[in-house]
Amino acid sequence: MSRNEPPEPEPVSERATTDATGASVLELDGVTREFGAESAVTDLSLSVRRGELLTLLGPSGCGKTTTLRLVAGLDEPTAGTVTIGGDVLAGNGRFVPPEKRDVGLVFQNFALFPHLDVAGNIAFGLRGTDHGEERVDELLELVGLTEHRGKMPSQLSGGQQQRVALARSLAPEPAVLLLDEPFSNLDVRLRVEMREEVRGILKAAGVTAVSVTHDQEEALSISDRVAIMNDGRIEQLGQPEVVFENPESRFVASFLGRASFLTGRVRGDVVETQLGTLPTDNINGPVEAYDGARIDVLVRPDDLAAVPTAESTADGHVVNRQYNGPAFIYRVELRNSEAVRCHHNHVETFEHGQPVAVDIVADHPLAWYPTE
Amino acid sequence: MATPDGRTYGGGFGRIRESLPSTLSVVSVLLAVVLLSPVAWVLLRAGEVESGRAASLLLDPDTLQIVVNSLLLVGVVTGGSLLVGVPLAILTVQTDLPFRRFWTVVAALPLVIPSYIGAFAFVSAFGPRGVLQGILAPLGVERIPAMFGLSGTAVVLTLFTYPYVYITTRAALLSFDGTVIEAARTLNHNRREAFWRVTLPQIKPGIAAGALLVALYTLSDFGTPQIMRYDVFTRMIFVEYSNFNRGFAALLSVLLLVLTLGILVWEARVSASREGAHVSTTGHRAGRVPLGKWTVPALLFCAGVAFLGLVVPVGVLVMWLFRPSPGYAAGGFEFQFAYAWNSVFVAGAAALAAVLVALPIAYLSARGDSWFSSLPERATYVGYAMPGVVLGLSLVFLGLKYASGIYRTLGLLVFAYVVRFVPQAVGTLESSVLQVDPKHVEAARSMGDAPVRSFRRVVLPQVTPGVFAGGALVFLTTMKELPATLLLRPAGFETFVTYIWQVQEQGYYGQAAVPALVLVGVSALSMLVILRGSSDVT
Repeated sequence: MSRNEPPEPEPVSERATTDATGASVLELDGVTREFGAESAVTDLSLSVRRGELLTLLGPSGCGKTTTLRLVAGLDEPTAGTVTIGGDVLAGNGRFVPPEKRDVGLVFQNFALFPHLDVAGNIAFGLRGTDHGEERVDELLELVGLTEHRGKMPSQLSGGQQQRVALARSLAPEPAVLLLDEPFSNLDVRLRVEMREEVRGILKAAGVTAVSVTHDQEEALSISDRVAIMNDGRIEQLGQPEVVFENPESRFVASFLGRASFLTGRVRGDVVETQLGTLPTDNINGPVEAYDGARIDVLVRPDDLAAVPTAESTADGHVVNRQYNGPAFIYRVELRNSEAVRCHHNHVETFEHGQPVAVDIVADHPLAWYPTE
Repeated sequence: MATPDGRTYGGGFGRIRESLPSTLSVVSVLLAVVLLSPVAWVLLRAGEVESGRAASLLLDPDTLQIVVNSLLLVGVVTGGSLLVGVPLAILTVQTDLPFRRFWTVVAALPLVIPSYIGAFAFVSAFGPRGVLQGILAPLGVERIPAMFGLSGTAVVLTLFTYPYVYITTRAALLSFDGTVIEAARTLNHNRREAFWRVTLPQIKPGIAAGALLVALYTLSDFGTPQIMRYDVFTRMIFVEYSNFNRGFAALLSVLLLVLTLGILVWEARVSASREGAHVSTTGHRAGRVPLGKWTVPALLFCAGVAFLGLVVPVGVLVMWLFRPSPGYAAGGFEFQFAYAWNSVFVAGAAALAAVLVALPIAYLSARGDSWFSSLPERATYVGYAMPGVVLGLSLVFLGLKYASGIYRTLGLLVFAYVVRFVPQAVGTLESSVLQVDPKHVEAARSMGDAPVRSFRRVVLPQVTPGVFAGGALVFLTTMKELPATLLLRPAGFETFVTYIWQVQEQGYYGQAAVPALVLVGVSALSMLVILRGSSDVT
């Protein structure tokens, strides 16, 4: 994997999150989890601040759910330490079982107790507390299910089940709340609706939360910070917009947005590409060291626009289009057989095979990576 | 779309229901009526008893004693089965028990030993002059207490019926979503607390299903209490009948049927109240609990159960093979090859008849779309729940009173087998019919096949494995059926079972070793059929 050293964006981690107190609640230090010869999580370090919602985002199999289970105490790290509020929970020869960890977990399938009603589920973790009943009422109100308290889980809709799962984990007031793919069991429309709602509930409860997902839109929209994971490691950590705009690695770039790469050669203060020359001012960070070398410039669909033109002046041809209602994404095959995608309003229709010129219309510096 | 019994059929938009010929319904209903008829003969015979006499018989302290004995036995055996079966299921599913796969199979195996064979093995093993005493004599053991009465019956029945609880509990544990245990643990419950508050409530229906099977089996078993001389319904019905107190035998039979019905109703109410349990979820299995210092006790427990339930009975039978016994010297009880042929012949006839009867009933139940269409299928289970002694007796009454031409004929015997075991064929056939995509039939119909023709060309080839599996099950269970065979066989008609019974009664245990081992083998085969069938379904 080639890291792009020169274009270091502003130090991301210092740019404040919503709650800038900065006190760290959960610390992972050099955490590794091996299954036989396979390593699911490798030397992972992470610090989660009080009150923030941090999302681990990555493709399936990248180790994000394993990380969550290590924090919950449902799995034990091979090496490294997990610390909550200064207490070492795993590592250094210690292993605190999940029930003594002060960590809540919302499961992907919600894992509601099918034999208990809504109130029974929420009260489950409140044994031995004096204000159990009041706390259940409080949480029912928080998640808006007061009139459903007597229903069984099987009588609830997916969204309601999720809210019960959330309330159940919040009830014992955990120091850290973990959410494992919390929206993946919901249908698409509900998913978007529940994102806002869950974020609202978490913020109202003021809980520190770590969520895990493979859905970039979800991660970018609900999180205070995202950590992009690949192959058991964190590739990049920062505020969603910063990570999206300045992917530090080719993996992050290709994972976020519908990225295409445009190969080019650096010539002094321009980069020569299939779409003409691009001033180096328009790309992210100093490129001098790469003079004469080939680089790949990251272009997302909204960075490009296709313009119908004559065959002789065309950069390439439209080979495919995806219509998603408000917009088209056209795939254009360039003359050197590279392919790029262009984002267009739904009224701009091109025909298959139509010759087009492609303009770079980005109003921000483009990220780039040395060609591998 | 879902039928009243909760089965859902595939196929989304406005599928046209395959219209079933009404002759199918008529045939099925007629068959169901015939299969239900034995209940009528018992009731009719019981009704003949003059009411004053009936009342005094029913209120007799002896009758009360029978009721108490039977309920006591059901209670003790069911309780014992739970104490053995549930821990075994938990150990083999949820812990790191060493040799787990081995124990998983071994724990289910005692089911292959027909309980009367187990009973007779135990009776011959224990006791002052039993096999065990013989083995232990060099060690100075002179007396081993005999196993009779409640304790003997309960021990034997528990050992050979706990696998019902073990199997159903295991199934519940396997389908149980392990993430809810993890959820409980993140909600501050340790493993033990999570078991009591989460696992147990959810596997309760599975445990209850197994307990019901044990209770019904215990109530209907005739061989074990007869051998152990414990006066429960089945034994007393047989005794009274043999002493020509037929009216009293009929009254006791009715009482036993009422008791059986009571257990079924109670179970139905328990399962109705488990609304909300068994929500199917796509979770993963719970992680295995390390046993730690409990490993050795757990192993000893598994080994102890296997020793009593498998090694003792099979060991005793094998020992009889090699041990010179007075039995071999005794004349008049020579085993004849014809007995084996008789067994195979009636069992084969019963299997064939059962499949023919089951086919229309199973098809109607699987494909029909009203509550009415599963009625004949439900009706067949009445015969299944009917204790063999009661069924045998009712057909004796039928033969004596209304149809002397069929009394003590093979036809009547085969009919009794069909009544008792046809649900096994209906069950297998129905599940294989359900696996046939109804769209295949629709496709055949759309290409111009009439209903019967499409059934023959599309459905039948696909359900053939089910037909054979169902037939095999009936065949194998018929081979080891005891009470109805004793009551209904034609004079001089001997089978494996009647032969074992006779030599056992005379105390010539050695003679029974070979046929008993054959029957154990037959039972093992039927278990294989069941297991193969269930793995086909999943």
